[in-house]
Amino acid sequence: MDFNLSEDQQAFQNIAKEFAKKELAPNAAEWDAKSEFPVEVIKKAGDLGFCSLYVAEEDGGMGLGRLDASIIIEQLSTGCTSTTAFLTIHNMALWMISEFGSDDLKKQWCPSLCSGKKLVSYCLTEPGAGSDAASLRTTAKKNGDNYVLNGSKSFISGAGETDCLVLMARTGKEGPGGISCFLLPADIKGIEYGKKEEKMGWRNQPTRTVSLSDVEIPVSYLIGEEGQGFKIAMQGLDGGRINIATCSIGTAQAAIDAAQKYMNEREQFGKKIGEFQALQFKLADMTTELVAARHLVRLAATKIDSKHPEATVYSAMAKRFATDIGFNVCNEALQIFGGYGYLQEFPLERYVRDVRVHQILEGTNEIMRMIIGRRMLMEGATEIIQ
Amino acid sequence: MKVLVPIKRVIDFNVKVRAKSDETGPDLTNVKMAINPFCEIAVEEAIRLKEAGTAQEVIAISIGTNACKEQLRTALALGADRAILVETEIEVEPLGVAKLLKAVVEREQPELIILGKQAIDDDSNQTGQMLASLLSYPQGTFASKIKIEKGKINVTREVDGGLQTVSLDLPAVVTTDLRLNEPRYASLPNIMKAKKKPFDTLTPEELNVDASPRIEILKVSPPPERPTGIIVNSVDELIEKLKNEAKVIS
Repeated sequence: MDFNLSEDQQAFQNIAKEFAKKELAPNAAEWDAKSEFPVEVIKKAGDLGFCSLYVAEEDGGMGLGRLDASIIIEQLSTGCTSTTAFLTIHNMALWMISEFGSDDLKKQWCPSLCSGKKLVSYCLTEPGAGSDAASLRTTAKKNGDNYVLNGSKSFISGAGETDCLVLMARTGKEGPGGISCFLLPADIKGIEYGKKEEKMGWRNQPTRTVSLSDVEIPVSYLIGEEGQGFKIAMQGLDGGRINIATCSIGTAQAAIDAAQKYMNEREQFGKKIGEFQALQFKLADMTTELVAARHLVRLAATKIDSKHPEATVYSAMAKRFATDIGFNVCNEALQIFGGYGYLQEFPLERYVRDVRVHQILEGTNEIMRMIIGRRMLMEGATEIIQ
Repeated sequence: MKVLVPIKRVIDFNVKVRAKSDETGPDLTNVKMAINPFCEIAVEEAIRLKEAGTAQEVIAISIGTNACKEQLRTALALGADRAILVETEIEVEPLGVAKLLKAVVEREQPELIILGKQAIDDDSNQTGQMLASLLSYPQGTFASKIKIEKGKINVTREVDGGLQTVSLDLPAVVTTDLRLNEPRYASLPNIMKAKKKPFDTLTPEELNVDASPRIEILKVSPPPERPTGIIVNSVDELIEKLKNEAKVIS
């Protein structure tokens, strides 16, 4: 067992760090304040390969593992949490197309999506189907060579400014087995986008509802088989959860960097605030917990890479733990900054606002606990964690 | 055309450099190292020459310990075709480097050698000039623009008070200034491809060069800490202090 990064992984880490430092960090506050979706910078990220990290090489992707991807995403998120989070959603939805899509569909969409020239949104959640995603009500009815889609999707990242959607709709019976996965061009007839949601964090990416009324698409736009949609969604989400967990880790690292620096600069009562044991203990706990969370995320990523049968449980544990720890670390870093942490002049309040949603999306942390708890109650399950 | 790009491994420019407590040199333990920024500009320029069809092969070379492989890999990931490491534990000085480079130039016969004008660690600004002298090649230092045509290279140089353009016969030595170009990022596919590119390792002995140091470093110590400033109450007080205490105005 070796916990060290390989030479390649170090090189990936370096380049992602440099990109975050030069292209993301200097602009993140402005994008947040103006709710500006930085499409040009995302394209630049695409030039370097960040838009298709774990997409197969034959489809134009980088063909990296999830651990490699996590190492890269972590560095990117130190520069801008929200932009990186969007990139990871793009990566996840594109992976679904590459992994399950037909050759024709891939030929048409993968090259431009891999390079970041085009972007994709992922549509699972509905106004009435959040945590209980399998109860979704958007329908896709077969009509000759077409499917006709009706329904609405909510909380869709990038919606209105992306080029296509990977969308889950019901083609059959109730429950998860009746769901299928589709690719929809974003400007297809019958599709409408709601107003841009006003959010606490992730403000630089647009979030909208997507309404479908009699949207007709050829049957070739089905991704995978009919009824396979929920399985695709869940498999994609295992990776998606690692990605989001990673975004919390990277942001928390940036928060610790800032807090450490501040503790060595700021003086009160005639000495550096870093000389107060209360803050030393705080920094010690933040650091310890961040390192633990980072390694749980990397472990879970390794489980996906090795196709471990319990990858889903590990991903759920990593997502729950890292997003909770990530939020706490950012919040504690803000506390160390005192009143200045609350000002937008410093990045701490943005870190807190941005990572808060990671405890909610890609399955709430309560759903993560359900996944873990249910699995652990099965016979012999306690063996799997050794 | 073949281009040789010598690069140096230095402390990353973002790192706050500390002197070792025994004053024998800078503290390099656990410090992030990187390609010297001027050398990175040289790599970028060579790759641009290749992309423009002017150069056919770009060779990156570094001199130092095995750790320099990391920087050579970065050069390969940026687009150099192959790399040479002249491996030595000796703390090489500009003259030693120039002699080693001369030996490699004689082997490889590049028509152009592009290197950084100076390294940000010792700020010597000597290697390029010494190399040109040893080779009896023309030199264009502090280049902010280069143009190659008909066996000549026009080098626009940043000199005090403006720009000067010199025309050199090839083969020539060019050293880069900050404004020559803005280096690209290595892309993920190129990082992966870099591993498969040819990588040779040589030693000073194989090149028949004595690169042992000629300068003895007595001590390396940090600059004195800046004393804390004071806040003056009025412009008059400021002028009074500038006149009588600092004596910078009269």
